[in-house]
Amino acid sequence: MRHTISVLVENKFGVLARISGLFSARGYNIASLAVSETLDPTISYLTMVVEAEDEKILEQIKKQLNKLIDIISVTDFTKKGHVERELILAKIGYSSKDKTRLDSVLNKIGAKAVQRGSDTAIIEMMGDQDEIKALLEGLKQFGIKELVRSGRIAISKE
Amino acid sequence: MKMNGAKILIEALKKEGVEVIFGYPGGQVLPIFDVLYDADIKFILTRHEQGAAHAADGYSRATGKVGVCLATSGPGATNLTTGIANAYMDSIPMVAITGQVKSFLIGNDAFQEADITGVTRSITKHNYLVKDVKELAKTIREAFYIAASGRPGPVLIDIPSDIQQQEAEFIWPEEVDIRSYKPTSFGHPGQIKKAARLISASKKPLIYAGGGIITSGAHHELKKLTEKLNAPITWTLMGIGCFPATHKLSLGMLGMHGTAYANHAIMEADLILAVGARFDDRVTGRLDKFAPYAKVIHIDIDPTSISKNVRVDIPIVGDAKNILGQLIEDMDKIPDTSEWLKTIEGWKKKCPLKYHDKKDIIKPQYVVEQIYEATKGKAIITTEVGQNQMWAAQWYKYDYPRTFISSGGLGTMGFGFPAAMGAKVGLPDKTVFDIAGDGSIQMNIQELGTCVANKINVKVAILNNGYLGMVRQWQELFYKKRYAYTTMTNPDFVKLAESYGAVGIRVTKREDVPKAIEKAISTDNVVLIDFKVEEEENVFPMVPAGEALNRMIEGLA
Ligand SMILES: Cc1ncc(C[n+]2csc(CCOP(=O)(O)OP(=O)(O)O)c2C)c(N)n1
Ligand SMILES: [Mg+2]
Repeated sequence: MRHTISVLVENKFGVLARISGLFSARGYNIASLAVSETLDPTISYLTMVVEAEDEKILEQIKKQLNKLIDIISVTDFTKKGHVERELILAKIGYSSKDKTRLDSVLNKIGAKAVQRGSDTAIIEMMGDQDEIKALLEGLKQFGIKELVRSGRIAISKE
Repeated sequence: MKMNGAKILIEALKKEGVEVIFGYPGGQVLPIFDVLYDADIKFILTRHEQGAAHAADGYSRATGKVGVCLATSGPGATNLTTGIANAYMDSIPMVAITGQVKSFLIGNDAFQEADITGVTRSITKHNYLVKDVKELAKTIREAFYIAASGRPGPVLIDIPSDIQQQEAEFIWPEEVDIRSYKPTSFGHPGQIKKAARLISASKKPLIYAGGGIITSGAHHELKKLTEKLNAPITWTLMGIGCFPATHKLSLGMLGMHGTAYANHAIMEADLILAVGARFDDRVTGRLDKFAPYAKVIHIDIDPTSISKNVRVDIPIVGDAKNILGQLIEDMDKIPDTSEWLKTIEGWKKKCPLKYHDKKDIIKPQYVVEQIYEATKGKAIITTEVGQNQMWAAQWYKYDYPRTFISSGGLGTMGFGFPAAMGAKVGLPDKTVFDIAGDGSIQMNIQELGTCVANKINVKVAILNNGYLGMVRQWQELFYKKRYAYTTMTNPDFVKLAESYGAVGIRVTKREDVPKAIEKAISTDNVVLIDFKVEEEENVFPMVPAGEALNRMIEGLA
């Protein structure tokens, strides 16, 4: 199962290497990772989506992260009210005759075309995982040539 | 006062109470060595950086203080890594200081550059690359705090040589406050009460203690609790010395080469109180068959150790000394263990630890027993790795913490001798014996030079079987006696010792064993004894890897 975890870390060089090193050394999987500075420039905020077969592994991942000296706190969003978003950019096959079909897909889901060329278009959307899934489903008919995802970011509701 | 980085380093080490550094010089630590030239800190020049790391580790295990080693950049630093990994696996507080190429050259493949913080990331508790001389004092303060607190471990500080030369004000932070590092010390009172109730309700309780007892200094509390409960106790290799081996409640070591009765007790117990131990695979054997009837209480300072391998009914995170102290107070109803102790007595009679002693040949176990007799159990014993290590664990009775020093987690051949050297430097009045194998001793034999030069009079007892014995034992038992590359062509150890200026003794007859040990102890020099022992002797009992603990090969049934 996939779990979204957020981690507050000291904004120092090498911290990301410590985290990725921990995951590779212990055989855990990171599905996505997003990193940014916080309002306090000495602290960075990481949102990671991790793959864990069971509760025991998820527990170990959280404990091992906490054990790293530069990690300030670890929050598991699995059972916590939170908002999740991800940004995607998709390059699809497109010509002017597809305009109405594409617009109807985009309008229904709330995505937009940032560029329409003579044989491709670039679609942008920000949303949660269900919305993104629905968009990708809708775009299939045009042929998705390239897809870039930012990785999830998440914030707790409290 | 303004001073250069090298001087700041040494001043900071003095503030931390460091009395001795083990190390080796080189281009990128010259400024530090220049300060060491007339600093009032003892420096021991080893013959190899690995020796320095193990010596710092052995010093720490014997004294409880933080061990310090120092090496230059590149090859000096990489030579430390086995020693660092060894300390990491056994949670030994150590600070390793390495020189680095000048900060503006980092990343340029400069001469003798190695990314040692990158290399050691997974084998240190934490590490630092110091990029600003103003950060140096604070970094050292933090490094010592991190190394020694919580679950201890090695911390590496990499200092570019230009930082060693730059000047800054020496400002010593009195307090350490790391917002991202707050180890738990006191256990949760509710959990401790629950544990007490569970123990009260048990009929066959068993205490399983590990190295955490020694780290925490909880041996008095452990003894008090064990006696209060009148419960049997077993321990891991790292736990040896946490409880008197000569005590009637002691079952000795458990696991792969543990006593049969300790392993039987695990398989029959209805409650296991694990303290400062981590259910390592050498202890549990086959996991799904481990302690099938037991509820488990697990006390450990490291949350990641809990429920990692074995499901735990009551986890308690914190320092063993505090938690055991509280548990003793909370125990008001004591379980009746008399039947359980009778069962155990039966196992002790039926399957004691044993070996076939012979008149005409020296048994390695006999040598260990004789070292015990001669030192009256008061020596510090270090070990190498292999059969020698297991015999040293089985046949010497350790009654005191920090008297058995052995590479548990990493199983590093070549650890015992430099560790003995470090222990002797820390506790010069103690007799220190390295119980060695003929293979292992050759992995750091060069430290004979260090010992002789510095009059570090350790004693080495080589149980010379002419084999990489433990590997040979596995080949005998599981690979049809196909002894692939496990025979050793050895040097003349006596001459070797003598060429270093040490004393060498060869013993080929059983009746000469006690004399040789006496002579080694009374000789005011480094002594190496080459005991020619039974070549194909095996370590028993043995639980084959991956088998349940009660599936022991008993040896002599
Ligand atoms: C550095 C290192 N390399 C290899 C091993 C694997 N190993 C474990 S025991 C052993 C044999 C040790 O031989 P010796 O020192 O003669 O001890 P004995 O078992 O004969 O007492 C070997 C090769 C190890 N533990 N450490
Ligand atoms: Mg041998």
